[in-house]
Amino acid sequence: MNRRSIARDFKRNKWLYVLALPVVIYYVLFQYLPMYGAVIAFQNYTPMKGIWGSEWIGLEHFRSFFNSYYFWRLLGNTVLLSLYSLLFEFTAPIVLALLIHEVRSRYIKSFVQTVSFMPYFISLIVVSSLIKDLTHSGGIVNLAYTWLTGGDGQDMLQQPGLFRGIYVLSEIWQRMGWESIIYAAALTTIPREQYEAARIDGASRLRQMISITLPGLLPTIMVMGILRMGRLLEVGYEKILLLYNPVIYGTADVVSTFVYRKGLLDNDWSFSSAIGLFNSAINLLLLLSANALSRKINQNSLW
Amino acid sequence: MQLSDRILGIIVYALLTVLVVVTLYPLMYVLFASFSEGDRLMASGSLLWKPAGFSILAYERALANPAIWTGYGNTIKLVAGGIVLNLTMTIVAAYVLSRRLVLWNKLFMQFVVVTMFFNAGLIPFYLVVKGMGLMNTLGALLLPFAINTFHLIILRTAFLSLPAELEESAQIDGANHLTLLLNIVLPLSLPVISVIVLYTAADKWNMWFIPSVFIQERTLYPLQLVLREILLNNATDNISYGAGVGEAAKIGETIKYATIVISTVPVLVIYPFLQKYFVKGALVGAIKG
Repeated sequence: MNRRSIARDFKRNKWLYVLALPVVIYYVLFQYLPMYGAVIAFQNYTPMKGIWGSEWIGLEHFRSFFNSYYFWRLLGNTVLLSLYSLLFEFTAPIVLALLIHEVRSRYIKSFVQTVSFMPYFISLIVVSSLIKDLTHSGGIVNLAYTWLTGGDGQDMLQQPGLFRGIYVLSEIWQRMGWESIIYAAALTTIPREQYEAARIDGASRLRQMISITLPGLLPTIMVMGILRMGRLLEVGYEKILLLYNPVIYGTADVVSTFVYRKGLLDNDWSFSSAIGLFNSAINLLLLLSANALSRKINQNSLW
Repeated sequence: MQLSDRILGIIVYALLTVLVVVTLYPLMYVLFASFSEGDRLMASGSLLWKPAGFSILAYERALANPAIWTGYGNTIKLVAGGIVLNLTMTIVAAYVLSRRLVLWNKLFMQFVVVTMFFNAGLIPFYLVVKGMGLMNTLGALLLPFAINTFHLIILRTAFLSLPAELEESAQIDGANHLTLLLNIVLPLSLPVISVIVLYTAADKWNMWFIPSVFIQERTLYPLQLVLREILLNNATDNISYGAGVGEAAKIGETIKYATIVISTVPVLVIYPFLQKYFVKGALVGAIKG
C-alpha cells in the first residue's frame, strides 16, 4: 500500500477512522502500555526514577527467580493444579452431558440442568466462604471426609495434602453444569436416525453411548481441550488467594499468587514483573503448541 | 428392553440424584443456618435438615449493617456504568472492524487479537492504572475493562453475518455510518447484544479482585468486597453491628449466613429467567474461541 492509496482510504473512510480512535486509545492505554511497562522486569525499577531513569540489569531477576527455593515449588504447584483441573474439571462436564443425554424425561432433564447451573451464579467470595465453613472442623464436608478416611477432623484448609482436592472438587461443583452446556448443544446435532439404526442392530444403550454419542462429542472436546491447554498455567488464582494461608503454601502457592504477594504486598515490582512475564510467555508457548498439535492430528485448529 | 439398559438407567439416575443433592445441600444449609437461632446452631453441629430453632434476628442485624447498603449501591453503579461503557465501546469497535472496505482493517484486527494471547501481567497493569490516577475511583474498575476482546470478536462476527446488500442499499440512499449502525446493524443484532449485556453485568456484579487492588476507601467498596470482609476476614465488629458483646459471638455465625442470602438471592431469583440468554452466550462464545 503506497502513500496515495492510504491517503485516499483515509479520506473516503474519514468517519470510520474517527470511530476507531477511542478503540485504538483503549487498546494502547490498557493493553499495550502495560506491555511496554513490562520492561521493568529487566530493571531495578523505582517509581522515583521511572521507566526511563531506572537502572537496567538484564536477566538478573529471571535468574534469581529460577535459582530461588520457590521456583520449583511454584512451578510444580501450578502445573499439578492445572493438570488436575485438565483431567477432572475438563472431563466432569462431558460426563454430566452424557448422563443428562440418557435421561428421557424432558422435565427431569431441565430440572437437573437448572440445578447444576446454579452454583455458577454464586460469587467467588460466597463460594470461598462456603468452602471454608464446610471444610472446617465440624463442617459437613469435613465430617464426610473424616467418616470415609478416618481422618482426625481438623480444619481441612490447614492440611497441605488436601488443598488440591478441595480446589478441584469445588471448581467442579461450581462450573460443571455451566460448562456442560456446550456439550449438551453439540449432542443435539447428532442425527436421531443413528440411534434408531443402532437399536435395530441390537446395540445396548451403553454401546450407543460409546459408539455414537461420544464420537459425536469429539470435535467439541478437541476445541475445548485446545482452549484449555492455552490456559494451562493460568490456574484460578483469585480463588486460591481467598482460600490459602501460609500453612499450606507448600501445595497452594502458584506462580500468579506469588506475583501478587511479591508485587502488591511486598512492592517488589521488578522481580514480580519478571515472574509474571515468565508466566505469560509459557502460556503463549503452550497455546501455540496445542494449536499446532491439534492441526496436525485432525485439521481442527483455532486459527 | 435389555437388562444392561435397565442397569445403565439405574446408574444414570443414581449419579444424577447424588449430583443434585450435593449441589443443592450447601445452598440449603446456608438458608437453614440463616434462619437458625445462634446458640442452637452452634450446638447442633453441622448437619441441618431444617433451621435450628427459628429466628429472623440475623436478618434484622444484617440489614441494619450500613456497609451492605453502600456495597449494593456501589455495585449497582459499577454494573450500570459497565453496561453503558462496555456496550458503547464494544459496539463501536465491532462496527469499525466489520467494515470490509477499510484499508487497515486486517492490521487493526491483529492489533486487537494479539492482546488475547499475550498480556503483560499484573504488576505493569497495576502501575499503569495507578499512574493514571485512577486509584480509589470507579474509573479503575471500568476504563481498563471497557472492551472485552472476546465479546468484541463475537459481536464483529454477528455484524459480518448481516446481509451486505442491506447496508449497501442504505448507503446508496445516503445513510452515513451513524444511521447505518443505529438503524440497521444494531436492530438486527439485538440477540447477541443482549447476551453481551448480560455477561458484562455478571462480570461487574462479581468483580472483587480488581476492586481489592485499586479500591482502599471503604465507602467505595462494591458488595463483593463488603462480603469478603464479613464472610472471610471475620470482621466481627462489622458482623455484629448493633449487637451487644455477649450476643455478638452467638449470632455472628447466623448473620454471616443471612448476609449470604441477602447478597445472593437477587441473583438466584433472576437467573432462571435469564438462563436461556446465558446459554445462548456460552454457545456463541464456543463457536470461535
